[in-house]
Amino acid sequence: MRWLLRKDLLILGRSRLLLALLIVYPVAIALLIGFAISRSPARPRVAIFDQTPPGETVKVGSERVEVSRYAQQLFSQVQSVPVFSRAQAIARVRSGDVLAAVVIPPNVAARLNSVISQGTLEVLYNGDALEQSLVRSTLDSALAHANLGFSEQIQKAAAKAIGTLLRGGDVGALGAPQNLIGLEEIPARLNEIIGRQPRGHDRTELERIEAFAGFAAQNLSLSKDVFSTVGQPIRVTTVLLHGRRTPLNAFAVVVAVAVSLMFVCVLLAAGGMALEREEHALGRLIRGSPALVSRELLLVEKTLLAAGCSFVVAFAMLAGVGAFVTLDWSRVGLWLLALALGAVAFGALGVAIGALAREVRASSLLAFLLSLPLAFLALVPSGSVSGGFYDAIAAVSFAFPFKASLQALDAAVNGASPALGGSLAHLAALTIVFGALARVGLRRVE
Amino acid sequence: MGPRASRSAVSAVLDVKALAKRYGDLEALRDVSFQVQAGELVAVVGPNGAGKTTLLSIVAGTQPPSGGSVNRPPREVGWAPQQPALYSKLSVVENLELFARLEKVKDPRAAVERMLEHTGLRARSHEPVGRLSGGNRQRVNVAVGLIADPPVLALDEPTASLDPAQRERMWEFVTRLAERGTAVVFSTHNVSEAQRHATRVLVLAEGRLLFDGAPRELLAAQGEAGSGDLERALVTFLEQHGERAESS
Repeated sequence: MRWLLRKDLLILGRSRLLLALLIVYPVAIALLIGFAISRSPARPRVAIFDQTPPGETVKVGSERVEVSRYAQQLFSQVQSVPVFSRAQAIARVRSGDVLAAVVIPPNVAARLNSVISQGTLEVLYNGDALEQSLVRSTLDSALAHANLGFSEQIQKAAAKAIGTLLRGGDVGALGAPQNLIGLEEIPARLNEIIGRQPRGHDRTELERIEAFAGFAAQNLSLSKDVFSTVGQPIRVTTVLLHGRRTPLNAFAVVVAVAVSLMFVCVLLAAGGMALEREEHALGRLIRGSPALVSRELLLVEKTLLAAGCSFVVAFAMLAGVGAFVTLDWSRVGLWLLALALGAVAFGALGVAIGALAREVRASSLLAFLLSLPLAFLALVPSGSVSGGFYDAIAAVSFAFPFKASLQALDAAVNGASPALGGSLAHLAALTIVFGALARVGLRRVE
Repeated sequence: MGPRASRSAVSAVLDVKALAKRYGDLEALRDVSFQVQAGELVAVVGPNGAGKTTLLSIVAGTQPPSGGSVNRPPREVGWAPQQPALYSKLSVVENLELFARLEKVKDPRAAVERMLEHTGLRARSHEPVGRLSGGNRQRVNVAVGLIADPPVLALDEPTASLDPAQRERMWEFVTRLAERGTAVVFSTHNVSEAQRHATRVLVLAEGRLLFDGAPRELLAAQGEAGSGDLERALVTFLEQHGERAESS
């Protein structure tokens, strides 16, 4: 084994392009992912041109809500870039400096005050289909949040006005009457007055007014609840049934590491195994009984070599990305375990491909063509495709090591479920299966 | 069949008995038996598909026979396949040393030195094998087969891809090996090479051994002793046995 490993390391060392790729690849990917994640626009940059005059308000009963509150709500949802003309907004969007621009017209308060029409905003953006989709969904979300926040302000003002109507007191508006009686007090006061009235037409009329006041007070207090229900008709509460809340950034790191682990390991193992045939050395190595090198030992050596290289590459990548994303280094032992088992399983898959394909180019192509869809299929979420199709995808993903490696790494790095032990056992089983397949592929030498 | 029965099995370094090989319904070898003495150079000739490579690969242990036996385990037979079985990114020395280590040769460095001396490749010993000419690569290929100093060497068409000068150097090398006592069994399509270098010729056709004897015995049997044309003798021999002589 020692001499075979030495030989393969010498060959690997002399394949300068491959060696450079093995070194540059994890560094480049780690940097790319790190920068992409650390600089991802969690709050998109949006230019805002607010044309409303300062202090402009929307009147709700006797209450007033400043229109600038709407802009503040919007600012809290985006990374706002104030601009001072529509032309500036357009220029910022065109240059790509901002994702989009929102123009708040000067008449928005007047339109809201008119009650019969909504305020209208103008949103400017550009880009290709993907970017448009991203901008639209991001802005729709930000505007929905801002609308909700603004409507809450209006609800509060309306609730305060209703409260004054019900309980009385000072309205607070300049020139308004002081110490008003509340609607809730009216029935009791009227009842006292009615008690002092003789029976007759006036008393009957007062009793009708008292009944109305009681009815109005009861229903007006209900209207506050109605406001909040109309403002947010459905409140969402989330319950996590399966898995843990893995931050998207941390999951993206795990996906990138798992994909790199797979590509490096499968390609290296498949290429290394096929090289023995292509160099016609396989027959020389495994001829006779006992052979110079048994088939099993050869498979183990190729698997371990590829697994070792990809393990180092993947760990370097994980550590590199760790400079940008907060990772729990106290779990590093589990990372190493997941990486090691994943690498060995990918190595077994690689040697099986190499043993069956017999040529380096054919095995590399096969390894690549197999790895790419495996990674894609493993990331298809349940519910995004029909049930039967998802079952088929799940079966394919189960039969190859990518999904199990991804789950093992996610469990090791992020503490996500399913538990690490199950994924590791799955990887061990797949290693045995692909090792056996590789052994069958080596049954005939030529 | 030639006069193989007269050879004694007692001094044979290689004794092949009733060898058979089947691939499904195809019988690649049928009841092939022969012996080789130390220092003999035995050529295996015959048309395409006769079973030459199958025979040598079974002797070398790269595939098992369906029946029959070979007296020596494959580890005691040096093997040089038609395509050089070498790592092209490793140098001559590294290839030789690797196989010396895998063969568990007692003194690998001394074995490597010996092979560099035999092949005459000392000056190019640190060059990657991939950069050597076809002839030199084939010499390294044979040297790897000899690294453990086996008593028998099996060569599958050792000069197939070489130019005349390279072929000549290769035969000088192989002849010296035989002179030192190594029994060499080689397959070839080049009948004149067999005539020049082999002490015995095995004629195979459709997996059967049709002749086992010295080249001159085949010439004499076909009435070509006067002309000395072994190729014509072989063609006539094969036609008499109902075979097309595609090898010539």
